[in-house]
Amino acid sequence: MQLESMYQEIILDHYRNPHGRGLREPFEAEVHHVNPTCGDEVTLRVHLDGDRLADVSYEGMGCSISQASVSAMYDLVIGKSVPEALEAGEHFMTLMQSKGDASVAEKLEDELEDAVAFAGVSKYPARIKCALMSWMALKDAGARALSVAHPTTSTGGQNA
Amino acid sequence: MTQTVSRPEAGAQKAPLPLDVEAIRADFPILSRTVRDGKRLVYLDSGATSQKPRSVLDAERDFYETCNAAPHRGAHQLAEEATGRYEAARATIGAFIGAPAEEIVFTRNSTEAINLVAYALSNAVTAKEEQFRRYAVGQGDEIVVTEMEHHANLVPWQQLCERTGATLRWLGLTDDGRLDLSDLATVVTERTKLVAVTQQSNILGTINPLGDIVARAHEVGALVLVDGAQSVPHQPVDVTELGADFLVFSGHKMLGPTGVGVLWGRYEVLDALPPFLTGGSMIEVVRMEGSTFMPPPQRFEAGVPMTAQVIGLAAAVEYLLALGMDRVEQHEKALTAYALAKLAEIPGVTVIGPPDTVARGGAISFTVDGVHPHDVGQVLDDLGVEVRVGHHCAWPVVRRYGVPATTRATFYVHTGYDDIDALADAVRKAQEFFGVATPVTTREAG
Repeated sequence: MQLESMYQEIILDHYRNPHGRGLREPFEAEVHHVNPTCGDEVTLRVHLDGDRLADVSYEGMGCSISQASVSAMYDLVIGKSVPEALEAGEHFMTLMQSKGDASVAEKLEDELEDAVAFAGVSKYPARIKCALMSWMALKDAGARALSVAHPTTSTGGQNA
Repeated sequence: MTQTVSRPEAGAQKAPLPLDVEAIRADFPILSRTVRDGKRLVYLDSGATSQKPRSVLDAERDFYETCNAAPHRGAHQLAEEATGRYEAARATIGAFIGAPAEEIVFTRNSTEAINLVAYALSNAVTAKEEQFRRYAVGQGDEIVVTEMEHHANLVPWQQLCERTGATLRWLGLTDDGRLDLSDLATVVTERTKLVAVTQQSNILGTINPLGDIVARAHEVGALVLVDGAQSVPHQPVDVTELGADFLVFSGHKMLGPTGVGVLWGRYEVLDALPPFLTGGSMIEVVRMEGSTFMPPPQRFEAGVPMTAQVIGLAAAVEYLLALGMDRVEQHEKALTAYALAKLAEIPGVTVIGPPDTVARGGAISFTVDGVHPHDVGQVLDDLGVEVRVGHHCAWPVVRRYGVPATTRATFYVHTGYDDIDALADAVRKAQEFFGVATPVTTREAG
């Protein structure tokens, strides 16, 4: 079976025991993202301390890949500034586009920590969206939270 | 591994199958390929799109190789031959559902056929021709659907209501996956202009009692559109028995090519509808100041049609007729009974929809406790078992039954008991992989 290449033990661990799950106060922005092809959903809140991500809280339902991805993302981005978190998101996107190329995963190991375990997902185009959903939600929520915090430097947030 | 060895089954009986599965499989080139490192292809996703027998592929190729031309245009020999084949195909496809050729309109698929009707009903509001305003939908009018509909038979009606100010109402579902008709008389009323209902649910497998619905709709003067996308490929359907005003279905779900669907309409109704798409082929006279249109079906076929696909669909119809639609239906009924029994043997598996084969087709949706449908599908795929996972374009249905999504297996003429066995084994493998399998000993003890 090829399954083990995608369902790394580390992914199954995050799925069974998700880190940071639950919606918490306070928060500056909340977003709801869905994957319309399959109905996976995530509601995600961002709380900033200055420009640092003090908390990312979430509720969601979906497959093991989508749920484990948001848990691994939580571990990775807490304490980072929004631009740093978005950069991690870019690395994760690169990993998802790697089509299973192990050298890409190797190079990103330090940047992505647990999230590098999702490398196997990149071989299954239908599942990439599952893994990316939470990162898209974070990008969206991060931008909105910043626009609340710094309305004059907003780049298009509705709350500016 | 011993956990997955099947025991002698009391419930799962293999009734003799009406169709010769091995002979049929030989007609489908794709079934000889393997998937995921040499696994036999167990294709259980015909409900999404069916595979194509060689005769359908040959018919398309033959058209392109021998008489390709734009039908209903030009006076050369190829145009004559292309027109002849296109119209002969229309007659073949019409006869398949008991309809005359002039009541058959070709569209891209069922979705487009439904949109054609929905847009005709709102175009009727502003039609300059008196004859096209008969079925105009406006404020105070109601459109009735059901909670069981595929998005294709729901969203176009929501949009029609938004365009016209009409109100959308719907019939709900019972806990066992059937239409709740207890309030049929209060939902379908004198205000109802059209009732749109599926004949066979693409997610629950339910076959609906259309007779009651058609009778009530016609009693109040409403039109009835039947979504036959999942019924026409799998059971005999005759529009004269159906009694509805419209029937839609897709070629690609019935062994035919993609890119061709059918709208059947009673001629009198079609003739009172304004066009949906306009342009070449559908006009009578064109002047700079305005145009007049052809009678049906040409009025609804703007532009050069999908000629090769229509000819391919006629070949698919001939293939199905040679098998016999009664036998196709019985074949799938036997497979469905076996599959329901096999799945019922697996602890933690719950079928969403009717639990037996009474008024039920072969779409079997199920959940596996502790394993998300996507993950079930991934394990199945790894074993060569190709099913559909998700909400199956019927989001309100999965919401109604309180599940985020389901895994769905659908059958067709090449499906055999070995495919169902592969499905059941793969579901047990998924349970094992995600650590939610119930050991065999526990089950036997219990």
